[in-house]
Amino acid sequence: MATMTHEEVEEKMLDMLEEVCGDEEVRDHRDEDLFELGSLDSMAAVELLVDIEDEFDVSIAPTEVEREEMNTVNLIIEQVEKRL
Amino acid sequence: MSFYADPSFFVLLFVAVVGAAVLGLLEKPLKWYGLVASLFFVALLFMNDAAQFACFVLFLASSVAGCALIMRTPKSKWSFRIALAFTLYPLVVCKVSGAFDASLLGFAGISYLTFKATQVVIEVHDGIIERMSPSDWLCFIVFFPVFTSGPIDRSRRFVEDLHATRSRDEYAGLLARGIVLIAAGMVYKMVIAAYIFRLYDPHGWGNAGLGDELWQQVIIAYQYGLYLFFDFAGYSLMAMGASYCFGIRTPRNFRAPFLAVDIKDFWNRWHITLSFWLRDFVFMRFSRFALKHKLFKKRLRVAQCGFMVNMLLMGAWHGLSANYLLYGLFHGVLLAATEAFQKTKFYKAHKKELWFRGVSWFVTMQAVFFGFALFSGQITRLACGA
Repeated sequence: MATMTHEEVEEKMLDMLEEVCGDEEVRDHRDEDLFELGSLDSMAAVELLVDIEDEFDVSIAPTEVEREEMNTVNLIIEQVEKRL
Repeated sequence: MSFYADPSFFVLLFVAVVGAAVLGLLEKPLKWYGLVASLFFVALLFMNDAAQFACFVLFLASSVAGCALIMRTPKSKWSFRIALAFTLYPLVVCKVSGAFDASLLGFAGISYLTFKATQVVIEVHDGIIERMSPSDWLCFIVFFPVFTSGPIDRSRRFVEDLHATRSRDEYAGLLARGIVLIAAGMVYKMVIAAYIFRLYDPHGWGNAGLGDELWQQVIIAYQYGLYLFFDFAGYSLMAMGASYCFGIRTPRNFRAPFLAVDIKDFWNRWHITLSFWLRDFVFMRFSRFALKHKLFKKRLRVAQCGFMVNMLLMGAWHGLSANYLLYGLFHGVLLAATEAFQKTKFYKAHKKELWFRGVSWFVTMQAVFFGFALFSGQITRLACGA
């Protein structure tokens, strides 16, 4: 796990986000608020947290990170990388 | 003494705010002054009711014990369960006995204090709160501006404000906003809500034609809903404003709820601190558990069940009466149906169009006011033939 490069993490996360949001456009809008866009809601956020835990063995509790710090594609990737 | 209603409360609030303003403008910390003021106000709240005061002390003792246990062994599952039980049992006993008109262990504010204390226990177990001094905990739990009816703040945010060193300008800004919020809240509650309440005249089904009678009941439901909003939003603004004067930026509880275009949107705008508390600590926990243990085949079912559990609990939190439980059930069903509807191609194709948003807003408002009619008991009274 420790050997994963930034690009690998990014690619895995983009696949995951595309799947959870059900929208391939997330790849092109990496700094937009996904909650505002309607791509993420509370349920999708939970799915994402569970998937992150399965994939990277990184556990993030639902209230651990403020929404403003984890509401865009880039911020989500950053939060995961911080914990790897 | 009843908070934000009795004239004597406002006189004492004014005196307390003057003290806070002097300290704040001199750039002194407000923590201990705020704590003393809170204890003083809480003493006044229970002055004529020794039984309620005893229940409050019991709640404090029991949740302190729970909190101390989870702090000592945050990762232990059993500590977590016991700590939760210690924190929640007074509220559960109060609500269950309330269903039999007894209200054992209850005191003004128990529902709000319990949720605040529970948040601390859960986040200590999650490893998000690593330490919290006993005095910070007490300040958070007994903070008088939000003691009786919220808004429900979060401890990490609260403690950050509690220890913030603010410049004179920064505090003056908070104080000015606080005073404006209190004034706005007074207008909401004492002018607008009071006016609507004067018009509000609930009555049963009469002998006029079906259309006339139905129209009258609709008007009653709308009057009640608007009264409820201005009364509670007014209270919440005042509570927020008083908090600001003590340097605590208590979060807002309402954000134009009658502009909501769907029921999910409504719950992001109505009684926000309760709805977000339930979202974070019930809905998200439930759905995470259900996903991890694969309780359902479809993701949609997880969300729908989560909404039902969440909203039934919301109803029960208001009280274990038929009206509140029906209110929770109704909103649970609405959210579950909305979740399914928003997955359809029809919704995705039209959601941004103006006509769709207009229709969706209108339908949402009728559902919301029907919900208020359940909450107020209007529907059950009509159903029972009154």
